[in-house]
Amino acid sequence: MAYVPLADQDKDIEMHHPHSWVGKYVWSQDHKVIAIQYGSIAVITGIVGLTLSLLFRMQLGFPESVDFIDPNFYYQAVTMHGMIMVVYFLTALFLGGFGNYLIPLMCGARDMVFPFLNMLSVWTFLLSVIILMSSFFVSGGPTGAGWTLYPPQTAMEGTPGHDMGIVLMLISLAVFIVATTMGGLNYAVTVLQYRCRGLTMMRLPLSVWGIFVATVLALFAFPALLVAAIMMLFDTLLGTSFFMPAVIEAGTPLDHNGGSPLLYQHLFWFFGHPEVYIVALPAFGLVSDVLSTHARKNIFGYRMMVWAIIAIGGLSFIVWAHHMYVSGMHPYFGFFFATTTLIIAVPTALKVYNWVLTLWEGDIRLNAPMYFAIGFIFTFIHGGLTGLFLGNVVIDLPLSDTYFVVAHFHMVMGVSPILVLFAAIYHWFPLMSGKMYHEGLAKLHFWLTFLGAYAIYLPMHYLGFLGVPRRYYALGETDFIPASAQDLNATITIAALIVGLSQILFFINVFWTLRNGKQAEKNPWGSASLEWQTPDLPPKHGNWGSELPTVYRWAYDYSVPGAHQDFIPQNTPESEEPTVDEEHFDPDQDKSKADT
Amino acid sequence: MSLFKAVTTKPWERKGVIGGLKPEGAFNASPERVALWFFLVVASVVFSLFTISYYIRMELPDWQPLSEPAQLWFNTGLLVISSALFQWARNIVVSGRQRNLMTAFIGGGVFAILFIVGQLVTWGNLQSGGYYLTANPANAFYYLLTGLHAVHLLGGLWVWSKSSIRLTSGAKARDVRLSIELCTLYWHFLLIVWLVLFAVLSNT
Repeated sequence: MAYVPLADQDKDIEMHHPHSWVGKYVWSQDHKVIAIQYGSIAVITGIVGLTLSLLFRMQLGFPESVDFIDPNFYYQAVTMHGMIMVVYFLTALFLGGFGNYLIPLMCGARDMVFPFLNMLSVWTFLLSVIILMSSFFVSGGPTGAGWTLYPPQTAMEGTPGHDMGIVLMLISLAVFIVATTMGGLNYAVTVLQYRCRGLTMMRLPLSVWGIFVATVLALFAFPALLVAAIMMLFDTLLGTSFFMPAVIEAGTPLDHNGGSPLLYQHLFWFFGHPEVYIVALPAFGLVSDVLSTHARKNIFGYRMMVWAIIAIGGLSFIVWAHHMYVSGMHPYFGFFFATTTLIIAVPTALKVYNWVLTLWEGDIRLNAPMYFAIGFIFTFIHGGLTGLFLGNVVIDLPLSDTYFVVAHFHMVMGVSPILVLFAAIYHWFPLMSGKMYHEGLAKLHFWLTFLGAYAIYLPMHYLGFLGVPRRYYALGETDFIPASAQDLNATITIAALIVGLSQILFFINVFWTLRNGKQAEKNPWGSASLEWQTPDLPPKHGNWGSELPTVYRWAYDYSVPGAHQDFIPQNTPESEEPTVDEEHFDPDQDKSKADT
Repeated sequence: MSLFKAVTTKPWERKGVIGGLKPEGAFNASPERVALWFFLVVASVVFSLFTISYYIRMELPDWQPLSEPAQLWFNTGLLVISSALFQWARNIVVSGRQRNLMTAFIGGGVFAILFIVGQLVTWGNLQSGGYYLTANPANAFYYLLTGLHAVHLLGGLWVWSKSSIRLTSGAKARDVRLSIELCTLYWHFLLIVWLVLFAVLSNT
């Protein structure tokens, strides 16, 4: 069968427009609706994760001030917070939410390549969330084994949720992986095969590159978690000994014998480390586009940015054992992983330089998405630098399992991606809703979140240096931790409560805008990339009206010398390029025209 | 080389429609085929990680090797026939003929079902011989790996059954061509996976 390129088939493709409300908003195969479904489920789950963190912070800041927080609940809250935030919130929101919304629009396609599979993906994701949440209601509650779910303690009686909780967690993860694989196949194939005329891979916005490489990482890294989850389910339910060693529980030997907990750790981190970049790479991509658009400058070093994304993606598969320095590994093994870990700092630092250089001498518009994007550069540099500490074996050993680690990973893969998420939501909100959010409220939301995040995590680094261990329900009396550490803990908790509550501002802004907000003008940021060039705002089903766009340039033609506008959309042909007579071209006058 | 060329182009220098009016597609293949290739890589990662885990777990002292039943050779034969029949069906459909298509395609699936039945019989024999799942990690891996392979085959059989129904209800060869080609690719992949698993299980 001769292959007919997809964009050539366009005229033959019949779009099945849904007519009923249910067809349009529930069983929808439109990537934009699915993106919002994915995003909403992820955000609701994220709110649960956030609430849990505030609860266990109450215990840490003001011990035993909340009646129902006993050690069991504390561990369950910590575990569920971690797993929800990393997997069900960040991964789902970046790939399922933004991936779904932006890929077809930025590629000039009508939809994802397999719309039915896409719909199946979001409903399977919902199923995984329901299974996860149901563990709150079974006897014994959810698992409290820590988000890494290390055996053998996951299945031991002392661990809360060691019977049903852990089983539901593992099943939920397996279902989530099925959902991600269905979505991931769609995103990858759409980017590779569904781009419109003229849109080469190197003309794609960095958002698509980030999401695309993260999708490939997800496709190849999640299987490791699946393999670990299946074997642990066998151990828990069927009594095998893949991971479970011979253990004595409350004086009674268990039926397991000879399993290797270390094998589980290798499998888990073979997934776990790429997972960091599954979250970070889309954030890198999205923030690049936000920075470039609002600085009215092309992204600095586009090619290097693409190479860096690919290099980071590749390297992320050979650094996993830096999470296991204290597991008693061979020194040469540790040396290898320390080296690869530090090498990954090179492409990452390159990206940071390029973001800063994009801002350099830009015509910066300081609006809410830009606030969040610049805030991200700060938090990411801080989180990244502490990564250099922990990547070295000798420094990691004393800092391992202290609050320094907690501070590091929250700065680098908690706060940083979340700031990008807000930047991206505010930036693309007019596209998604057709309405313009309230700028003042958004900026207030930024300052509370940004400064609050520092108030939470800067002191945690110090607590880590003092040697305060993470995961403890209560510290008790220790010689090496001064009593003032408790004051610091109380301060952190107050900051966390303020940051947590300030997120309400975001929701007020979203819902108020949806009801009463003013209509957004078309392409309000003057963006050059394709998603803003649709005939309707927000784009209708099928995105592009009667004809697919044709792309004539890259996505970053901002402030092109000689052009009378400070941006040239990707689908503007050279012949229609809005230029002024070069002899009479006055850059200053041109700039002021663009400003007005 | 083309990939290297692609990522070294300077997009800010070139304007206009690159590649004339030909729309962009990284591979000259249908999206379904590209998606299947991706899936095969994902499945390979799953099987590879299980195999690596198998070798790591094997080093521990409680491992007692399982001597695989001779019946597996017979089962392997069934899967080879199944794969060969799919290849036959693919050759027929590519050459645009219709004759024997139904026999080859449906026969391929039937032999795959026979393979799964054969695997279940082997499981039963092992159970009655006292080789229980929990008795030893080698047994556990045997059940896990063969089970997982069978689950992948069942997934393929679901697609096969849909195409078979279309064929029997009078669909023309060209309508089911892609489906038959992809099934064939998937079956060959699962045959290779099985041969590797069989070799690993038999030699340890």
